[in-house]
Amino acid sequence: MIVEGKQKIWADYQKDIPDDHYYYVRSCIRQSFFPASEVTFLDITRNKLGKDFYENPYHTTCGGIAYHSDSIPQETAMTIIARQFALMHESGYENYVCSCITSFGCYTETLETWHEFPELEDRIRQYLWDSCKKEFAKPKYLAHSSDIIYKFRHEIAKQAKYKLVNVKTGKPLKVVEHIGCHYSKMFPSKGFGGAEYPHVLVGMVEAWGGEVVDYPERRHCCGFGFRQYLIQANRGYSVSNTHKKFESMEPYEPDLIITNCPGCPYFLDRWQYVIAEQTGKTYSKNGYGIPALTYEEVAGLVLGYNPWDLGLQIHQVAIEPLLEKMGVEYDPKAKYKGINNKDLGTPENPINIKLI
Amino acid sequence: MKEHNILIIGGGPAGMETAYQLKQLGLKPIIIERNDRLGGHLAQWDRLFPTSETAVGLLERLKENTKDIEVKLDSRITNIEKINGTFHVSLSTNKNFEVDAVVVCTGFELFNAERKQEYGYGIYDRVITNAELEDYFKTHDDKRVDEPRRIGFVHCVGSRDVKVNNTYCSKVCCATALKQACEIKDEFPDADVYCFYMDLRMFGKGYEDLYLRAQKDFDIKCVRGRVCEVSENIEGKLVIKAEDTLLGTPMKMTLDLLVLMCGMEKAKGVEEIQKMLNLESNNDGFIENSGSFVGINRTKGKGVFVAGACTSPKTLPDTIAEARSTAMEVFNYLIHNC
Amino acid sequence: MIDFGFSISKSSHIQMDNVDLKLFNKLEALNPDISTCMACGLCTATCSAGNFTDASFRKIILMLQRGKDKEALEKVKKCMMCGKCILVCSRGINTRNILLSITRIYNEEDK
Repeated sequence: MIVEGKQKIWADYQKDIPDDHYYYVRSCIRQSFFPASEVTFLDITRNKLGKDFYENPYHTTCGGIAYHSDSIPQETAMTIIARQFALMHESGYENYVCSCITSFGCYTETLETWHEFPELEDRIRQYLWDSCKKEFAKPKYLAHSSDIIYKFRHEIAKQAKYKLVNVKTGKPLKVVEHIGCHYSKMFPSKGFGGAEYPHVLVGMVEAWGGEVVDYPERRHCCGFGFRQYLIQANRGYSVSNTHKKFESMEPYEPDLIITNCPGCPYFLDRWQYVIAEQTGKTYSKNGYGIPALTYEEVAGLVLGYNPWDLGLQIHQVAIEPLLEKMGVEYDPKAKYKGINNKDLGTPENPINIKLI
Repeated sequence: MKEHNILIIGGGPAGMETAYQLKQLGLKPIIIERNDRLGGHLAQWDRLFPTSETAVGLLERLKENTKDIEVKLDSRITNIEKINGTFHVSLSTNKNFEVDAVVVCTGFELFNAERKQEYGYGIYDRVITNAELEDYFKTHDDKRVDEPRRIGFVHCVGSRDVKVNNTYCSKVCCATALKQACEIKDEFPDADVYCFYMDLRMFGKGYEDLYLRAQKDFDIKCVRGRVCEVSENIEGKLVIKAEDTLLGTPMKMTLDLLVLMCGMEKAKGVEEIQKMLNLESNNDGFIENSGSFVGINRTKGKGVFVAGACTSPKTLPDTIAEARSTAMEVFNYLIHNC
Repeated sequence: MIDFGFSISKSSHIQMDNVDLKLFNKLEALNPDISTCMACGLCTATCSAGNFTDASFRKIILMLQRGKDKEALEKVKKCMMCGKCILVCSRGINTRNILLSITRIYNEEDK
């Protein structure tokens, strides 16, 4: 591997991200899959980095799930997006930051389509007026929230309490980075590092002390694929894709998977349980599997947040081996305690993948 | 006929052959070459398809023919001005002279394989180009060619590909790939050699024989399907994916060496020459000549001619034939116009 | 094992690293012309059996090269040995002999 070759590509695929004053929109599914990730993102950017992030309580889904599972036409999805842009405009912001990769793909696709077909933009403008009596302005900047963390990765490194380093061996943790397909596959120039060798997560991992693993199926989809997961009969197709990735990354013995998409960390995490229960195989020597985290969770760990405040107990794959490697202090007894010490109950122990 | 000076821009096979023929016709060609040697890409090649005869053999022949011709190496043209039918030429070496006609023989550039990011050239160690393999055959000095057991050749790299804005066929890569495949098999007889092609365009004299020889005598395995991505496994070997389109099934294999058949693009810096001579580009980015049939040697500029791969990808026999016909066109022009 | 109502399917990729070409190489040694196929499809277009079944000489050869021996041998069974493919092959491949070699070499392996 010639690192300079990648660095050359990374230098070619950079984009401007404004320094401050962002309008934030949430993901539909991340709030239930990884409930603390978005809260952590806002806490890091507002309180650790001192940035202005505004959330409008009236914002909704971008329509991406419905659009990608063929239940609404593109014009409907675009009208929902137009309303989101209208809310941003009403709030006095122009730097639009979304938490979801599917949304990022939909917003990018919409803006590019309007650019190519202005008459469609006019039509959507009319639809929005007819349905909501609102008018929109297009954002000056569109970014995914991982772009923001990427931009400020070195500031985060400066404030870091822990590193992505094995405290026992002193060696960097081996990290698999997995990029959501809609981050840059459709529009390579919209992502840091492009589509073949995206830099957005690599940059974070390296800034925080880890070492990135480049394995043969790195570019492969996690297997979510909307309809492939949403319909039970198709789920074999979804899990097969995930299985392919794990088989490919296994020889590298990764310590951690970092992701920037709502679906990817969910499936890379939960399917490890399904794969283990179906094949008897786990992908780490200790039998726990490989933790798959969102980049906010990784940033939170690095910055010294309490792992249970980061929601890491919600993951299928046990997080404790990673915490031990990084030397993160944690209270094992507090794992399944909620707000005000409320007992959340303990999950059942699976047969083939260790949890406790 | 009075003595006429003719400017030949570029000292590759096209320029050398045009100059030689003009000299034979009693004219005075002057070759301007930006490099410190003649021969263009030919000088970097080891052997030539379809017969695998040596490149140096042809090069020596061309050099022998041009030994009495004025050649200015390490020179760039800084200005050409046409005044009353005479071209006033200025060089980077501060020399100035006048000519009655100009022949553009600026040739081509090999496609920069880094632009096909999915192939990982410049990132994965064992991905090399056709030119680098040719260099290996000459020098046998390339650590990346290390007793390979399985070798792949990707045809059409940078050609027939809208993603790099080159929709044309580079014409020489199919035959070069099979030639190189046979040569590397000859060197490593135990290796499995795969060629990933979309169409095998074996159109020239002896090319189809080369194809048959590659299949029968060298056991070169041709797979119809373009390689879609390259990655590296934990042992540093390459993993490639392609579709076997004849079977309709995707396939994967591990390789020790992958050779990218980089196609032709217009030469770097040729825009400056085009500006000086008011020459347009065609859709493929090469210099536009005056039509596909009788006007191939001419441009819309009076007294400005073309030969070789500066107008479109060409094989060496094509280039040499065109150089000869261009010389004839120049001769006729001078008789009737000067 | 838990039944989730779905399961992991095998990749449709042909993994060439795992393909054992021992028998094919034996076949090729006996019939060197086998490797000169240029996939023109004449053999399949003219095939008497191919009009009613999935028999295809071209595909048989390709499948054997890609380790799909079982599927190839199923196709071989459909051949009526009429000899039309040998008549048309523009590379002059001795298709008839190859088919006979296949049944011999690959079926020997079965025993």
